Amino acid sequence: MRDVAVIGVGMQKWGELWEKSLRDIFVESALLAIEDAGVDKIDSMIIGCMSSGLFVGQEHIGSLLADYLGAAPVPATRVETACASGGAAFRMGFIEVASGLSDIVLVGGVEKMTDVGGDEATYALGTAADQEYEGFNGITFPGLYAMMARRHMHEHGTTREQLAMVAVKNHENGSKNPLAQFPMKITVEQVLNSVMVADPLRILDCSPITDGAAAAILCSLETARKIKSNRLIRVAGSGQATDTIAFHDRDDLTALKSTAVAANMAYRMAGKKPSDIDLAEVHDCFTIAEICITEALGFAERGRGGKFVESGDTRIGGKIPVNASGGLKSKGHPVGATGIAQIIEVVHQLREEAGERQVKGARVGLTQNMGGSGGSAVVHILEAL
Amino acid sequence: MIAPRIRRGMPQRYRYEAGKCKKCGKVFFPPRLICSACQSREFETIRLNRLGKVLTYTIIRVPPSQFKDEAPYAMGVVELEGGGRITAQIVDCDFDDVNIGMPVKIEFRRIQAEGESGVIGYGYKCVPA
Repeated sequence: MRDVAVIGVGMQKWGELWEKSLRDIFVESALLAIEDAGVDKIDSMIIGCMSSGLFVGQEHIGSLLADYLGAAPVPATRVETACASGGAAFRMGFIEVASGLSDIVLVGGVEKMTDVGGDEATYALGTAADQEYEGFNGITFPGLYAMMARRHMHEHGTTREQLAMVAVKNHENGSKNPLAQFPMKITVEQVLNSVMVADPLRILDCSPITDGAAAAILCSLETARKIKSNRLIRVAGSGQATDTIAFHDRDDLTALKSTAVAANMAYRMAGKKPSDIDLAEVHDCFTIAEICITEALGFAERGRGGKFVESGDTRIGGKIPVNASGGLKSKGHPVGATGIAQIIEVVHQLREEAGERQVKGARVGLTQNMGGSGGSAVVHILEAL
Repeated sequence: MIAPRIRRGMPQRYRYEAGKCKKCGKVFFPPRLICSACQSREFETIRLNRLGKVLTYTIIRVPPSQFKDEAPYAMGVVELEGGGRITAQIVDCDFDDVNIGMPVKIEFRRIQAEGESGVIGYGYKCVPA
């Protein structure tokens, strides 16, 4: 297997982009990534997108996006693992370059979610659960994570305030990210007084509905060295795993097993352990998710994720900064694009170009992207050379 | 065409039919072709016990489109006596009465009118036991 480098990244501000179509937001980010990489061609494209079908009524976006990027006839494929689609696209691109089949691959993610109303978006996102045995009975994603939160509080004594602290920290970080959808700071009181969505989760515990895209260029380390002499980032580890599609089928309702398995794959490949990680971008689709993820990644002890966020160890300047970008919570969550945006944040941090939210001396960064209630998880470890 | 799907789901939604692995005894709802615990392919068809306990719960206040007119409603993960778990609405009680460990039983109820055709989908909800 060849060494693989990330040589370019591109992303524009996320939000409710009513004036722009799915193809436009994708092409804008892809062009920025190509420019940043300094390449004059790509061999292939892999695009993560959860549900262009339900959100904008368009399938076959591999062809659409290659065409509008002016890249046809390169092969272009859409991959889907619900909200982990971006991470999965990155992994597929990594495999394609590592195998030697392609030398330069554009990996991207895109989701255009605001062309439909709120309840239709809730329905579309809900299809990431077991449609016949969860969705049919009326559950939603906030509902599934609310049940995870309720159980975590019951078993481990996690408090409502600790959940709120995840959102407060991520908005604090997001306030320093010019591309974030909601770059405002919030307080614990504001979270606790915000509208209830699915008890005990309130609106400020939930990541938003977002239009957005993100793209990155992967190439063999050998080719990367010919194009760039500094700021090279190597993909040190890659892992992906699955768990039961239905939340209720988990023996342990608060353990994110797919994340733990994917992380172990990535740690092993990279020859790293949790204490080697300088920063992490994780899938805080709901505040409880970040708490359970820090446990599954081995940053916090089992059941102690709530206390971990309360300790301040996950803030910028803390032991292991989590979601320096603002996370899904503040930056936004266009589901298919999220996994690539996580990679982009780590690349900016490792190149020491993250401005006000720079994690000092960061050399090794981890990304964790998750689909459904944890039915899919993708973990990557990037390293500055 | 949702009629075929509704018809296919009847053994589970109307009769709570589950598969019990003949080798390791794990109960699967709905039934599967291969046991995820021991890889056995031999199952016996059983009916879920209608009695169970709430493992965790929530109150859905922002529902998906098909449940627009019903919110807010309580939902929980229920572990049934003798094995098998379901995600179901918890009805016929106040939200304050719903808690972890609450004994419930399955009842046959109308769940939703599906899609544009509005075919009524029946299934299970839980009520206090």
